[in-house]
Amino acid sequence: MSSLANPLMARLAEVRKSGDVAKIAEAIPYARWMRIAPENGTGELLTRMRYHDELVGNTFLPAIHGGTLGAMLEMAAIFHLLWETDTETVPKIVNITVDYLRSARPVDVIACAKVTKQGRRMVNVYAEAWQDDRAKPVATANAHFLIKSDDAPPSL
Amino acid sequence: MSSPLSDPRQRIAFFQQWFSDTIPHSKALGLKIIAVRRGFGSMQLDWREELVGNPETGVLAGGPLTALMDSCCGMSVATMLTEPKPFATLDLRIDYVRPATPGKAVIAEAECYRVTHSVAFTRAFAHHGDAKDPIAAAAGTFMLGTKGEVTRPQTIGTEVKP
Repeated sequence: MSSLANPLMARLAEVRKSGDVAKIAEAIPYARWMRIAPENGTGELLTRMRYHDELVGNTFLPAIHGGTLGAMLEMAAIFHLLWETDTETVPKIVNITVDYLRSARPVDVIACAKVTKQGRRMVNVYAEAWQDDRAKPVATANAHFLIKSDDAPPSL
Repeated sequence: MSSPLSDPRQRIAFFQQWFSDTIPHSKALGLKIIAVRRGFGSMQLDWREELVGNPETGVLAGGPLTALMDSCCGMSVATMLTEPKPFATLDLRIDYVRPATPGKAVIAEAECYRVTHSVAFTRAFAHHGDAKDPIAAAAGTFMLGTKGEVTRPQTIGTEVKP
């Protein structure tokens, strides 16, 4: 199977030409539904989850649902791998550990990711999410992705 | 005197109200409570096109499974609380064992196996109906006595019978 047969990888090739990274997310139904998209206006690839009421997990505080923070950190790691590395396939997540540091208020969440270790088949990625103050992260995550493997099941 | 929550059906209805219908994100995902008893909770997530991560295969993204596992583990904690305590996820690890089958509902089963003064420990599996063929495994810890209001579910541990 050619990597361009995947709509996401085909989209990535287009995006590399246009430079509009936000378009990567348009090929992922879940990213569209969650309003999670990458942006690189500052020269650094960041991922933003736009606040909307369906993200709320605690209406009393109120606070954003922890599951959505884990989800956006995972997407941030994937966008980082797609954009910043020369992966030719959609990275397949093996596992993720999310640490919840603060309750997330009902505003946008921004995340950055970096590769901690890149192997031939496996990458270890660290991601960090914050709201108004980057020095006060609301959640961090470590995740492993298979980036080149024919024996792994196709998942994102 | 027996609590209304000693009836399994009423218990499911009660937890559906508090752990899905009034939590906007759980409601948006359409989480359905399918079983709940002391130390245990089970929830179902139906497959929807909007939740797909890989457009080529139709496989669910990791995110909906993370939210499902977080919710289900959290619900299992609530069944163990013997005094009102707000709580929040401290950390959550998910192992994606195999891709979910497109079109199929995912069932999560979470166990809260230890509660201390400040921390509750949980583990969970997600599958398509056969617990021996898991899609994902999770381990989550929850901080007890966090800030915020105490809600009804955080007072009911003693009422939930096995």
